[in-house]
Amino acid sequence: MMTPKLLPCGDSAISLQLGETVDAATNARIIALAAAVKGLCDEGALRGVLDIVPTYRSLLLRYDPAEIRGRALEELLLDLAGRPALPAAPARLWRVPCLYGGEVGQDLEDLAAMKGLSTDALIAIHAGTDYRVYMIGFAPGFAYLGGQPAILDTPRLPKPRQLIPRGAVGIGGQQGNINSVAGPSGWRFLGWTPVRAFDPARAEPFLFRAGDLIRFCPVGADEARALEARSAAGEMIITPEDVPA
Amino acid sequence: MTITLISAGPMLTIQDAGRFGLRHMGVSPAGPVDAAAMALANALCGNEPGAAALEFSGPAGSFRTDQALRFAVTGSDCSIRIDTRLVAAGESHRLNPGETLSIAAPREATWAYAAFSGGIATPLVLGARATHLRSGLGGIEGRALRAGDRLPRGADSADTPCLRPARPLTGHRPLSESGPIRLIPGPQDDYFSAEALARLTECEFTVTPQRDRMAMVLGRTTLSAARGHDIVSDGTVPGSVQVPGSGMPLVLLAESQTTGGYPKIGTVASVDLARLAQLPVGAGFRFQLISRDEGEELLLAQRARLRKLLADLVAKPDSWMRSEYLLSCDLVGGFYDPGEILRPVMQGRGGETS
Repeated sequence: MMTPKLLPCGDSAISLQLGETVDAATNARIIALAAAVKGLCDEGALRGVLDIVPTYRSLLLRYDPAEIRGRALEELLLDLAGRPALPAAPARLWRVPCLYGGEVGQDLEDLAAMKGLSTDALIAIHAGTDYRVYMIGFAPGFAYLGGQPAILDTPRLPKPRQLIPRGAVGIGGQQGNINSVAGPSGWRFLGWTPVRAFDPARAEPFLFRAGDLIRFCPVGADEARALEARSAAGEMIITPEDVPA
Repeated sequence: MTITLISAGPMLTIQDAGRFGLRHMGVSPAGPVDAAAMALANALCGNEPGAAALEFSGPAGSFRTDQALRFAVTGSDCSIRIDTRLVAAGESHRLNPGETLSIAAPREATWAYAAFSGGIATPLVLGARATHLRSGLGGIEGRALRAGDRLPRGADSADTPCLRPARPLTGHRPLSESGPIRLIPGPQDDYFSAEALARLTECEFTVTPQRDRMAMVLGRTTLSAARGHDIVSDGTVPGSVQVPGSGMPLVLLAESQTTGGYPKIGTVASVDLARLAQLPVGAGFRFQLISRDEGEELLLAQRARLRKLLADLVAKPDSWMRSEYLLSCDLVGGFYDPGEILRPVMQGRGGETS
């Protein structure tokens, strides 16, 4: 982990960077720092922070300069970053049902052929891994998943497809994802989950947060359809379990 | 109390102040591209500055109401008619049941606003009414408005007078910044060579047709990142100047995504972002570097000026058209092709990551 580095992002945001690569320890430190800043805001000890955005390797704070100046926030961030790391909170593990192949998982067979694996072997590798949510970004509830076994690493498509449905489970380079909203995408997709990472009408609109763990569990088409019906009715069809850090 | 859309232009959306505090969940704030202009439109109707109003680029459309209301159009001069009667932008007017309000395209600027007394009262989605087109949130079904849509309106006191600014404004926009567009270097200015950083302030940039509510692509001058055009994705803000592999800088606006994988050479100062976004296609401009501290000072001063302007609005005399006021409004400014500004900037970039 490198020395904390402060990066100005204009006159209403600031970023504290702890590294320039994808690294679980750096990411965990960023998430802990985000929690510490949120704690200060919740206690009323820090005013004027409008958004706390942990990413792979840096923490972005949006602030209102009428309440707090960037210079003061810099001092506070450097002080927090210099403190010894707090013991990590237990991670939340989500078991995400996944229907492999089929219409949405349209790249499953191509991916297996590229890797010289049977589709069953590819599914076993994909479902046998605990992925880490490094950050939520790009679209509402969109989780960037790291920790993918190297054999699954696959470059994105040279030309993105115009419409990939919500729930598509994919691979983009060294990362995994679960599409949270329908849209264009250049990722390669091997399955589909009825789990809605984002549903603005649900009491808990967002399922995942940075630092969570995700394990895909293969399900058949009938089970996936039954789960989808419950999802569509606004039910949160999975709940996480705590795993010690 | 309902406003009915008889017709709707191609880029007419409901916006309010925006959806805040959810960036860590990937939710872009949305909201107006030119927040000060929308605040003025609202204030002219007696609304809170962040009440829900309409943003348009290209013709807004035509509207009818089932109860008398006041409305105001700001952000740009444009042709506004109540039935056949021409009325001015930049001040509020009454619209009665049975009359048809028609609002044409912004003439000189790019984004204009129409506010209605009481504010638009569509349901709150994640705490706001602002429409985010790409994720389909807010407004009506998360989409641009179309003919036949019915917009519920909030409570309104019918006796309140129509208002206008104490002095006419240039272009019906409340802020009068001028000169180069100010830019604060970072967060990834160290990805660029000294030569590229010099070009940033020494060369002229232009506004290209590749623009929408999410971002605007700049032309004429390209910038090359010595350390490459891919970074491990980190946080972005409105005003971030990303430089992708094409070398054509891309300025993020109200509907931008929350994270991005391109190096960001700088961030447009908050005081100048709306001014940049309002430039018409083809307009040239330069950047000037300032410090973060200067940017904060300028922003606080600008907010104070806007607060004063909104507090100092005056009641209009009963006569609906006064010649000196009409003369202050450019009613015959040049047109440009509204279709040019509607081409999505980042079509097909859905898989954009680190």
